[in-house]
Amino acid sequence: MVKWSRFNIASIVFGFAFLYLPIVLLVIFSFNESKLVTVWAGFSTKWYVQLLHNQALLDAAWVTVRVGLISATVATVLGTLAALAMTRYTRFRGRMLFSGMIYAPLVMPEVITGLSMLLLFVAIGLDRGFWTLTLAHITFTMCFVAVVVQSRLLSFDRSIEEAAMDLGATPVATFLQVTLPVIAPAVFSGWVLAFTLSLDDLVISNFTSGPGATTLPMKIYSQVRLGVTPEINAVCTILIGIVAMGVLIASVVSRRREIQRVRDEQAAFAL
Amino acid sequence: MKSLGSIRRSFAPWADPTAVPFIAVKNVTKKFGDFVAVDNLSLNIYPREFFALLGASGCGKSTLLRMLAGFEQPTSGEIVLDGQSLAGIPPYRRPVNMMFQSYALFPHMTVENNIAFGLKQDGMPKPQIAERVDQMLKLVKLDKFAKRKPHQLSGGQRQRVALARSLAKRPKVLLLDEPLGALDKKLREETQFELMDLQQQLGLTFVVVTHDQEEAMTMADRIAVMAHGKVIQVATPPEIYEAPNSRFVADFIGDVNIFDGTVSSAGPGTVEIATQTGFTVRVASSDAPAVGAKIGLAIRPEKIRVSRDEPACAPLNAAQGEIWDIGYLGDMTIFHVRLKDGKVIKASSLNAVRAVEDPLGYDQQVWISFDENAGVVLKD
Repeated sequence: MVKWSRFNIASIVFGFAFLYLPIVLLVIFSFNESKLVTVWAGFSTKWYVQLLHNQALLDAAWVTVRVGLISATVATVLGTLAALAMTRYTRFRGRMLFSGMIYAPLVMPEVITGLSMLLLFVAIGLDRGFWTLTLAHITFTMCFVAVVVQSRLLSFDRSIEEAAMDLGATPVATFLQVTLPVIAPAVFSGWVLAFTLSLDDLVISNFTSGPGATTLPMKIYSQVRLGVTPEINAVCTILIGIVAMGVLIASVVSRRREIQRVRDEQAAFAL
Repeated sequence: MKSLGSIRRSFAPWADPTAVPFIAVKNVTKKFGDFVAVDNLSLNIYPREFFALLGASGCGKSTLLRMLAGFEQPTSGEIVLDGQSLAGIPPYRRPVNMMFQSYALFPHMTVENNIAFGLKQDGMPKPQIAERVDQMLKLVKLDKFAKRKPHQLSGGQRQRVALARSLAKRPKVLLLDEPLGALDKKLREETQFELMDLQQQLGLTFVVVTHDQEEAMTMADRIAVMAHGKVIQVATPPEIYEAPNSRFVADFIGDVNIFDGTVSSAGPGTVEIATQTGFTVRVASSDAPAVGAKIGLAIRPEKIRVSRDEPACAPLNAAQGEIWDIGYLGDMTIFHVRLKDGKVIKASSLNAVRAVEDPLGYDQQVWISFDENAGVVLKD
């Protein structure tokens, strides 16, 4: 066991404070009795109650969830297919360019992604609203799914696919019965990642949504400009809770499955 | 085992000119870019034959097997199975199954689902699948392990699951890619005989790829020795061992001594060779090479006698030397005898007598000798 030096303790305390103090403050003040955000006046849950009567916020939350579910699902399908193509067809001209292009949106400034999509939607005369918002979210989350699934496919033993085909499974049956079940944990974590990214996106959403399709982050942002209310703190606290739960569950599940898979596979292919 | 032997002895469809091959590989070439993996190769494999493709890694044997399975398409040439050309037929429509070197078991399925996989693809009714799976599990003695997943099995058990899975569909041909490569020596020897029994019992055609000559010799009816994408010799194990057609085969299978020399005289049925080592050899040879031809003479170590006294046949088929090395293996002893010109000859003798008085020791002067029919003339 490494001895904890003062320096180590100090750096950990400082680091965690740096990361979590703002969030802790936000959570604490969401339970503030006072309407003034920075003045503590006792514990209360009234802002949470009030939240339930704020139709605009609830609508925004509903939009966010719907966009998240649809875009994450579509992005998972497209991203998985892209990952399959990139790992399976390794010998075509311009492969480096293609794989680079799949990763590019990862590092592309969101402002540029958002702006270019706005221009595209305007150019083809698509009215901005729920569906343009969803399309935009699919676009930028897809590459994250592709990266996650591709890294799994690289360690995938293809002889089990050959075995399936040898036993009479068509390529489609092989994919559905052998490949997909084996890579499912990676596909699932891809979906979770896409969903959380979609959930908290603000910049791209601002560019691509229209009237009637306001997401929660957009709503919060616009309200904050008029002044922070404890109500916003309450919403944010709930959001933090949901995201934290999601991340926790996803990591536990995928970690468990990953351990199981590694054990299965090492055992199955151990020579 | 005895009945197996008698069936085997009378089994020789390749010698029958009217026999129709079950698998005919016709002038098949496979190129990967500039690399020629299989080079204009032709082979016939007969029904119920246990056929081995033997060669070092990279000789093209696995590529040939993958072409039979349908994972690779020949660049040119054709493969015919049971009268039907396999060109363009994908792996999932071929009446062959393969047992993979890595076993390639489906990690997310239980043993019984692994075995049932192929049957489900064919849309076999459930009760029948259950029955067949049961049958296969009994065949490979794994009935107690039906509900286990591959990672809960030992290497030998996994090998059996892979075998059962590939046999479940009753394929016309079973392809085996290094089937015993992952097992330890003892298990491997047991499994060799089990595979042979199984093949006889089911009456299937087996094509096995291996780099282990002992494995091929034990199991196969015929062996194709391959190198550089070509078949060097196809013959039964005794023929391959006793009558290799080339230096490569003689050297590849078992231990061998090769004497280089020139034909000094050729009589009816025999040739005399002046070896570079400096002694004259008379050997039986049906097709006598011309006088003056440079040839090699291959003699297996167990066909060379080592003695203190000058053998009766001297100076023909005999040479003097000294014992250079002794390897005692229990059942036999291997002598390395250094001849006068420095060439070291390997000779092995069976230790049939338990306590030999005054055995041969290091640095002793000895004679080596062999019979007229002990050596094989190699023309290349």
